[in-house]
Amino acid sequence: MSSTAQKKGFGAVIWDYLTTVDHKKIAILYLISGGFFFLVGGVEAMLIRVQLMKAGNDFLSAGTYNEVMTMHGTTMIFLAAMPLLLAFMNAIVPLQIGARDVAFPFLNSLGFWLFLFGGIFLNLSWFMGGAPDAGWTNYASLALASEGHGIDFYALGLTISGFGSLIAGINFLVTIINMRAPGMTYMRMPLFTWTTFVASALILLAFPPLTVGIFFMVFDRMFGANFFDVTMGGNTIIWEHLFWIFGHPEVYILILPAFGIFSEIFAIFSRKRLFGYSALVFATILIGFYGFMVWAHHMFTVGLGPTANAIFALATMAIAVPTGVKIFNWLLTIWGGSVSFQTPMLYAVAFIPSFTAGGVTGVMQAIAPLDYQLHDSYFIVAHFHYVIVGGVVLGLLAGTHLYWPKMFGTMLSESLGKWTFWLFFIGFHLTFFIQHFLGLMGMPRRVYTFVGDQGWDLYNAISSFGAIFMAAGVIILLVNVVITQVKNVRVGNDPWGDGRTLEWALPSPPPYYNFAQTPLVRGLDPYWIEKMEGNKKGMTFAEPLGDFHMPNGSIIPFVMSLGLFVASFGAMYHLDGDKPWALAVLIIGLLITFGSMLVRSLKDDLGYYVTKEELLEDIKRGESDGHQ
Amino acid sequence: MDINKRYTPQTWPDHPETATLEGKNKFVGFWLLLAAETVTFASLFATYLALKDRGPSGMDLTASQLFELPLVFIMTMILLTSSLTSVYAMYHMKNHNFKAMQAWLGVTVLLGATFLGLEIYEFNHYVHLGFGFTHSAFSSAFYILVGTHGAHVLFGLSWFIALMLRNGKRGLNMYNAPKFYLASLYWHFIDVVWVFIFTVVYLMGVIG
Repeated sequence: MSSTAQKKGFGAVIWDYLTTVDHKKIAILYLISGGFFFLVGGVEAMLIRVQLMKAGNDFLSAGTYNEVMTMHGTTMIFLAAMPLLLAFMNAIVPLQIGARDVAFPFLNSLGFWLFLFGGIFLNLSWFMGGAPDAGWTNYASLALASEGHGIDFYALGLTISGFGSLIAGINFLVTIINMRAPGMTYMRMPLFTWTTFVASALILLAFPPLTVGIFFMVFDRMFGANFFDVTMGGNTIIWEHLFWIFGHPEVYILILPAFGIFSEIFAIFSRKRLFGYSALVFATILIGFYGFMVWAHHMFTVGLGPTANAIFALATMAIAVPTGVKIFNWLLTIWGGSVSFQTPMLYAVAFIPSFTAGGVTGVMQAIAPLDYQLHDSYFIVAHFHYVIVGGVVLGLLAGTHLYWPKMFGTMLSESLGKWTFWLFFIGFHLTFFIQHFLGLMGMPRRVYTFVGDQGWDLYNAISSFGAIFMAAGVIILLVNVVITQVKNVRVGNDPWGDGRTLEWALPSPPPYYNFAQTPLVRGLDPYWIEKMEGNKKGMTFAEPLGDFHMPNGSIIPFVMSLGLFVASFGAMYHLDGDKPWALAVLIIGLLITFGSMLVRSLKDDLGYYVTKEELLEDIKRGESDGHQ
Repeated sequence: MDINKRYTPQTWPDHPETATLEGKNKFVGFWLLLAAETVTFASLFATYLALKDRGPSGMDLTASQLFELPLVFIMTMILLTSSLTSVYAMYHMKNHNFKAMQAWLGVTVLLGATFLGLEIYEFNHYVHLGFGFTHSAFSSAFYILVGTHGAHVLFGLSWFIALMLRNGKRGLNMYNAPKFYLASLYWHFIDVVWVFIFTVVYLMGVIG
């Protein structure tokens, strides 16, 4: 194997990506598939806004609206936002800590394929008898009564992709704990690595309750269990608890890495060390910790009683403190900096007021008595779109612009990038700001239409109008990507000119082994330190040039995930009773999965060595960072 | 890491499971996986406690009528003993005594299989009493909690057997030592979960 840019056939490229265990290629796979699901979820959002643009509209039927609304939420959270964040985590975190790969490259690939097959399975519901229609929260009281296989698609699809997320979480935790370069102490880790670390811990502890809840749902719907069936002694509130014990940390799983991306951007584009680095780290950990303490604030109206509501209300309000610490740290990083407003920085600056608005409405909802008024109204819709779009999606768009050169070796166009930014930013506020008032006027969420002349008509029309701007912004981003890749103007190590962390010391994109020599980290922002000391060679190294070990690629993760995908169809149709082939499909699918697991554990896979001679050639060609 | 490198008890490292980077990664990763497993079982226990003795109105077969301690006590003792024998196996693994390790693992597998057999017998007994999976919310929660543990036992047994067969001829090396270690760690985890099942399901069930 060689890093030489040989021309490969199309089939060879496909095979390469199917079998890759390289975190940078897996990042590209996450980016493409997450981006695809983002477009799907975006189309669903547009359908919702078309339906609601005027009173009494019949563009979508009530049933279809429920499906579209459910799939919009599910797709955006599980299949767009999480994988897109995982794309940047994969692309950047090993580079930021000076590692040659993640701790478990094989599992990294398995995590991706599980996510993708789970996502495809979930979306196939559209073509196979109807999508899930009980909302992304899938409350048991609704979901158990839902006819057809929509909910089964939801349950099985999310189980598969949930395993993928859990694997990714463990992988990043171990990578960050065990594989940091010499000198990269915990308190020298870049903020994006820190937020990835905490978000991974949240994934680790939050996904099992969701999996358990979904298993209950599957057993109730398919095997006659009675977890949520009140007539048989069951309790539907158990679903709500399990879902939100997962669901609230999930929100932080999404927003923390976005915080990390913004922290990097503020430092780079203000040409300043992050203000209050240790406070930012501490706030990140605190937010992660609180994330598990507040789930019942989604259930204030369930009737848990005043004591429970008061405790969860206070815990929820407390989260505003570490979040506020972060906001002020970012503001003070900009303060007095030599600020350059390039596209990523525009997103970062726009993020602060947008996200703060979402945070403030969050504190309003934390007041339990007020939440009785706001619950299930458009105020809630406005709130969580302000935090998810104003926080996570702006973070993803900023990250796309910031890290595109590191992932692909080309720069996205600045002028098109600014078009995307302004269209998306204006569209976002146009769509969602007014929904606060719709909510206060009493418009309920999750209802497919509304009656005219209640003062809602104009506001809904404005909201739908704003969505067009967001769609236009995303289309321009796609055009930008195509133009950039066709022009294919290559850029150097540090295209923004002010990179501070290790990834900017490497070529764009880095060679498959990342670091020819492991760098020596001498402080926070190690690359910046070397630049300021006039080190022309890039980094100081911690080891002489020599052979090192790399993992082999493997098709097994793909086959293993495919097996579960097949088995899910079998499990789902088996219960119809009139499909005798379904049991065979289930067994074949499981055999594929467990067979490939067995092959994996019985066959030794020891990897290979990259030799010093190969490294020297790469360095001579300028494709690697080592010394000669 | 050279898989063909031969070791003697003198050259064998004190902690072979964490002597390589791969081993260290597996070690930390597996502890984290156990954390996720702990949350999984915590969710199952919480659900069980919420649904204990809940069923359709006029339900018979509550926990205090159903559970009897003698068999479960024997099962507990067998599983606890199997944890001890897996400790012996790891003791010999660390001393690079492959044959003794295999022998103790063999004993562990036998004890684990006995436990699993008794659990199947117990479930079968309940089903014959009319306490099937669909009997009530209580029965669903019981079978899912105890059954998930049983599935873990089955997986742990298969893991031990696969490792013993795969490495039977080639002995210990730095590549498989972490695998043996982790399988044994997994076995201890299963044991700890059972202690909680014994307490929360059976003891608290009999008390009423």
